[in-house]
Amino acid sequence: MSKTADFGVGKSAPQIEAQEKVCGSAQFIADLYRPNMLFGAVLQSPHAHARILNYDLSQALAMTGVRAIVTGDDLQESWRMGAFIKDEHALAKGKLRYVGEPVAAVAADTEAIARAAAAAINVTYEELPAALSPEAALSPGAAVIHEEAAEYLKVFEAGTKGNLCSRTSFREGDIERGWRDSDLIFEARYQTQPQAHVSLEPCGALAEMDANGRVTLWSANQSVFRVQANVSESLGMPMSRLRCLTPRIGAGFGNKMEPHIQPITVLLAMKAKRPVKLILSREQDFEMVRARHPFEIRIKTGVKRDGTLIAREVDVLLDGGAFADDSPGVLGYALLMSCGPYRIPHAYCHGRLAYTNKIRFGAFRGFGVPQVTFAGETQIDEIADALGLDPIDFRLKNLKREGDCWLGGQPIASNGLADCLEKVRKASGWNGERRLPKAGESRRALGVSCSAHISGLLSTGAIVRLLEDGTVLLNTGSVDIGQGSNTVLSQICAEALSIPLDRVSIASPDTDGSPYNWGTTASRVTYMTGTSVVGAAAEVERKIKDHAAEILECAPADLELIPGGLVAVKGIPHRHVSFAAVSGRAHWAAGGPIIGSHSWVFDQKTVDPKRASVVGLPFPQIGAFVFNATVADVEIDETTGKCRVDRAWSACDVGRAINPQMVEGQIEGAFVQGLGFALFEEMVWNGAQIANPTLMDYKIPTFMEAPSELHAIIVESNDPRGPYGAKSVGEIGINSVAAAITNAVNASLAVRLRRLPLTPQRVLEAMLESARR
Amino acid sequence: MSGRDTVTLNINGAALQASAAASDTLLTVIRDQLLLTGAKRGCNQGVCGACTVLSDSQPVRSCLSLALDCDDKRIETIEGLSNDPAMQTLQHAFIAAGAFQCGFCTPGMLVAAFALLTSNQRPSEIDIRRALSGNLCRCTGYKKIVEAVLGAAEALAWKVVA
Repeated sequence: MSKTADFGVGKSAPQIEAQEKVCGSAQFIADLYRPNMLFGAVLQSPHAHARILNYDLSQALAMTGVRAIVTGDDLQESWRMGAFIKDEHALAKGKLRYVGEPVAAVAADTEAIARAAAAAINVTYEELPAALSPEAALSPGAAVIHEEAAEYLKVFEAGTKGNLCSRTSFREGDIERGWRDSDLIFEARYQTQPQAHVSLEPCGALAEMDANGRVTLWSANQSVFRVQANVSESLGMPMSRLRCLTPRIGAGFGNKMEPHIQPITVLLAMKAKRPVKLILSREQDFEMVRARHPFEIRIKTGVKRDGTLIAREVDVLLDGGAFADDSPGVLGYALLMSCGPYRIPHAYCHGRLAYTNKIRFGAFRGFGVPQVTFAGETQIDEIADALGLDPIDFRLKNLKREGDCWLGGQPIASNGLADCLEKVRKASGWNGERRLPKAGESRRALGVSCSAHISGLLSTGAIVRLLEDGTVLLNTGSVDIGQGSNTVLSQICAEALSIPLDRVSIASPDTDGSPYNWGTTASRVTYMTGTSVVGAAAEVERKIKDHAAEILECAPADLELIPGGLVAVKGIPHRHVSFAAVSGRAHWAAGGPIIGSHSWVFDQKTVDPKRASVVGLPFPQIGAFVFNATVADVEIDETTGKCRVDRAWSACDVGRAINPQMVEGQIEGAFVQGLGFALFEEMVWNGAQIANPTLMDYKIPTFMEAPSELHAIIVESNDPRGPYGAKSVGEIGINSVAAAITNAVNASLAVRLRRLPLTPQRVLEAMLESARR
Repeated sequence: MSGRDTVTLNINGAALQASAAASDTLLTVIRDQLLLTGAKRGCNQGVCGACTVLSDSQPVRSCLSLALDCDDKRIETIEGLSNDPAMQTLQHAFIAAGAFQCGFCTPGMLVAAFALLTSNQRPSEIDIRRALSGNLCRCTGYKKIVEAVLGAAEALAWKVVA
């Protein structure tokens, strides 16, 4: 057996791209070059809301080295894209809707010429009044951002009206009865801030058209198929005329799931009839891609004196920015998760999403759950304190358990949350006293939070091919954005066929050759694509056994795979044939090449109409729940108000860890990204303009802010439906972080902070307020 | 456009000719002309550290160095340093520890870690955190990078003793 035979399911195989990543030879989008390639640059909107009256391109076109310029005039009115609401052109057409929006783009011989030419484009605008907050946008008399919003094509019943982009509500039980049955009712408002993804790799694309007019497009992406769909919709091209490929991806976190500048790059390449590469600067990446939604949240929770949760109402208002993008999904999903992982018989969760004259807000790791978890879980602590209950005991008392239904009515197939809570309680030394001994001028305390997430959504597929020599080629269409899905899916395939990991190669996603995969998003690749890999491998196994049965003159049912790429008669391992012999027979003598395939769509209904009534839900089938409990040890400097997370424990029920080291990596990375969200990351606007679109001014956690002790704890509930019991891990680890940190700060200061981030100023003010009482 | 000058750069031990405008950074020239794309442009502002290279053995931000100013410097990039046994030890340690995910920050991180281990053979955890604090990673949460550098330092010390 090969030396890598031990890298099946449950083993920490190194990333299969490891060598290229450490040697600097991994090719990201900016590292690709094509013969005769031009460079692109974008002209951005100077106004929040304006009508485009005229373009004067003469000066820019006269510059040496300028090969093509594209504007909204190159687009037809009906060419609109959007995951939920088709409201967005490839670049501004007729109107500008936020500062920084792409207005025009240039392809030129060098990046410097392209930039200079973009700056030389003269556009005449008529400025319009702008709506810069959801409250302003939904006020009577507000400037209308999309006059045609009601007519836009939508994939769900959005309830769009004026600047109201969509609205969603869930009702379960009888909320009025819930209030009557409650002994105590808690109600508060919470606010969260916009957060930038800051994938270290800025977005970019490279497009090339062949002589027949067919386009090949490489881009920083989380789904070659979403890229294909978005470019096709926004440029009026049949999908078959567009081939989308992926280089290595410098992380995504949601930023690269839906379009950025792929359609613009294709438009430039088609007009210039030469390959064009367009890479955004860091500033442009901040200003024109997307960000995490700021939420306004009101939560009201009713409870019995014995600590039984009875009722909850959640009301959220989201700033969607200028285009719907993934926002309706974020609204619907945030509400679905807004009662937390608790049994609450009476629930009414509702929210609105507003168009505003800001950058679009969209998918970001957690997809709205970090926001509602911050509110819900800090309120859970407040209730526990009021009832004199230990926050962990209070949570355990109210947890949903296996077989319970989620809000809406979907049964929970596996649930390791109680185990997660017990594990972080033990590991953190939690003993009911959250305040820890003071160290000098610093206060310290522990805070806890729980959360949940999903693993299953939409559709995917896999193809497994047995090559002539008996090695295996796996093709899934799932883009590895850095988290290691190529490795994990290969491990699943190797395990299913009992072969060493190094006998499996994985094809790079290609819309021409890969089976459809909706995307590397929603924590779904291991669960969804992993299931397809198992299914496709099972078909290959059946076919291998059919051939082997002929060769060994026995029944297929009498055969079994034995490690190392052999198939043998059960119990008689020396009566075997190799995959190579089987594949040779298939290729040259009988049956034809062995190919297994599988595809599916997540089919568990979110809503049981007998249980809940739901309006405006964009995801009718989403689920396969994962769980987390987080404890943070937070130190507060009494002089400056600065908070530091010194130690943290994050336990995640991932079903089964296919690759434990990679699971830890997700939990650790999610914690630190959540720490930035909790303590200091915030996109700030100066009027209509983002004031801090640089890494100088927008700080993300460094080695110094990361906890000195960060404990990722894996809990395995072995989901009955997941591949080898696996569920997901990509997002679950971020959801609780801000709530756990805030609960620690609140315990320290004996106040209730309800707004993120917990900047030194806010913490200091809270400390002073607490001292005054 | 401004004029361009020819510059000879000493990169990874070879004298390489490039043409550069006065405003062209070392990063632009090594990536776009010499096709040494291991150094990454993450911010172009000297904050993220993804473009880190060695200049006369010191880690520098190649996005902040002007190419025409580098003609008297000995420049080493991840591509050249990958032949160095100490760098290979670091690379192995990064792989074993799972110290990267997307890998975009990794070349810069490795070059900065290499410079640290050149000047401090037995760094403490806080030494590592301080030395690498100018290199951003959005994926890992940094824990496994610290472990990898500690592991590499130990392996290198063992090699010296052996």
